[in-house]
Amino acid sequence: MATMLETNNLTFYYPAEEGREATAAVKDVTLQIEKGSFVVVLGHNGSGKSTLAKHMNAVVLPSSGKVYVEGMDTCDEQLLLEIRRRVGMVFQNPDNQIVANVVEEDVAFAPENLGVDTDEIRRRVDAALEAVGMSEFARHAPHLLSGGQKQRIAIAGVIAMEPDCIVLDEATAMLDPAGRREVLSAVKRLNRERGITVVLITHHMNEAEDADRLLVMDHGQVAMDGTPRQVFARIAELKALGLTSPHTVELLSALNESGELLPLDAITVEECADAICRAFGGTVKE
Amino acid sequence: MEPIIRVNNLTHTYSVGTPFERSAVDGLCMDVLPGEFLGIIGHTGSGKSTLIQHLNGLLKPTAGQILLDGRDIWENPKEIRKVRFQVGLVFQYPEYQLFEETVYKDIAFGPGNMGLSREEIDRRVRQAAAFVGLSEDMLEKSPFELSGGQKRRVAIAGVIAMEPKVLILDEPTAGLDPAGREKILSQLRAYHREKGTTILLVSHSMEEIAQNADRIVVLKGGKCLMSGTPREVFARAEELEEVGLDIPQVTKVALALRRRGLDIDGAVYTVEELKNALLRLKGGASHA
Repeated sequence: MATMLETNNLTFYYPAEEGREATAAVKDVTLQIEKGSFVVVLGHNGSGKSTLAKHMNAVVLPSSGKVYVEGMDTCDEQLLLEIRRRVGMVFQNPDNQIVANVVEEDVAFAPENLGVDTDEIRRRVDAALEAVGMSEFARHAPHLLSGGQKQRIAIAGVIAMEPDCIVLDEATAMLDPAGRREVLSAVKRLNRERGITVVLITHHMNEAEDADRLLVMDHGQVAMDGTPRQVFARIAELKALGLTSPHTVELLSALNESGELLPLDAITVEECADAICRAFGGTVKE
Repeated sequence: MEPIIRVNNLTHTYSVGTPFERSAVDGLCMDVLPGEFLGIIGHTGSGKSTLIQHLNGLLKPTAGQILLDGRDIWENPKEIRKVRFQVGLVFQYPEYQLFEETVYKDIAFGPGNMGLSREEIDRRVRQAAAFVGLSEDMLEKSPFELSGGQKRRVAIAGVIAMEPKVLILDEPTAGLDPAGREKILSQLRAYHREKGTTILLVSHSMEEIAQNADRIVVLKGGKCLMSGTPREVFARAEELEEVGLDIPQVTKVALALRRRGLDIDGAVYTVEELKNALLRLKGGASHA
């Protein structure tokens, strides 16, 4: 499988306050993210997950070590535009990343900057809005939309660059459950149907359920790395990192403490109910 | 019990006379009882924020009334400031509203506007800071040196320091990580226990509301869809799901188990409750 993103001994320090020693926000992280994969990065505040994300399209550059985007070194200024075209970022606050007064003009902003010609921009904007289910809002004013709708506009703006990878840096943190679902399903569809690599930074455990891979950050390092099923089964370790497993796994684990022998990898509601039914009776839906 | 706040047929219409005219709250009736911890839930556009901005007179009803201790808060519009001292409102992302040079001055701003003595202001600032877990040495720092979670607690302390009878918080945990969320919620619970202040907590998270509130009001389309204890509300979990609200994951598992023929109470919402219900079920079956 081809590699989309790669970090080699990546370390990053924010400038220290006077008289204080700088601590590394990201410490010696080496990892590869495969093309076409859906990767979720979890971690409490200050764990380094956003700093790691910001390296993925050269918003920040390593203090030491290297970051490669499809083999391109992010430290090479000549490659900056190309790197940013391939990896698009969506940030936390929907109100901070919309620049135009009309939705479709906002989505057109990036391809315009890339010097794409007008007919092609028209095609891309329509396709991008379609991809996030916002076509009917093309002529609306962004400030009258809901948070979830604004984030989908921001994602459309990224898609209009036709990137290979989208990094969402806590892009669902300020949204309500409905908005979060809208954004997640839009992103999942882009991953599934167009093979766009997705890196989703979040602290909502349940957003990791369907990911191919789950990375847990702590003190600037990757503390856990595996499929969501593998990682969530490690309840005690997650707790020690200030995170929680989904309640499905906690329930199964609590039942096991009372003498049951249930599998801890039944993370979805339906899987969990099936696992319980096998032990407690009831009809298992296969 | 007489309600401390009564919302009587409240309607609020935005952008009257434009194509965007829309009633965010539409004939809403509800009571808030003295001393209760009330959770308000509803998805975006259900009218939550519009409702709470009426409760301390930031918005004026298009129709209907807000009664505070039985009196219409707009009876004498010149007195509306007094209402704002009695009903404290903590907005979403309140940390963006900090502006003073020190944490102390920022917390003191609200009580300072109430015309209190210097000693009284000092007492209130220190007490409010203690409630939200800010240590004495933080009071002289600039609020802008603090972390996001600390800033938010300064902003909450600023409202608590006015010692309102009713404290309203709009999504006080939005954007925080699980540890930060629990810290703010446990401080609120302690404040409620010690002061007996009426608290209204607006949240999108059913889990959060279920674990803290005595009573829940569910809003939908600017109206009150249901109200009751967490158990009463979750007993109607399927209805909640239909209107697009997130019910607790444990409740979802309980419902999935019911669909599979297990005799489980569909209104449970904590891991502990469902575990016990399952163990009882097994115990009962083996005795049969």
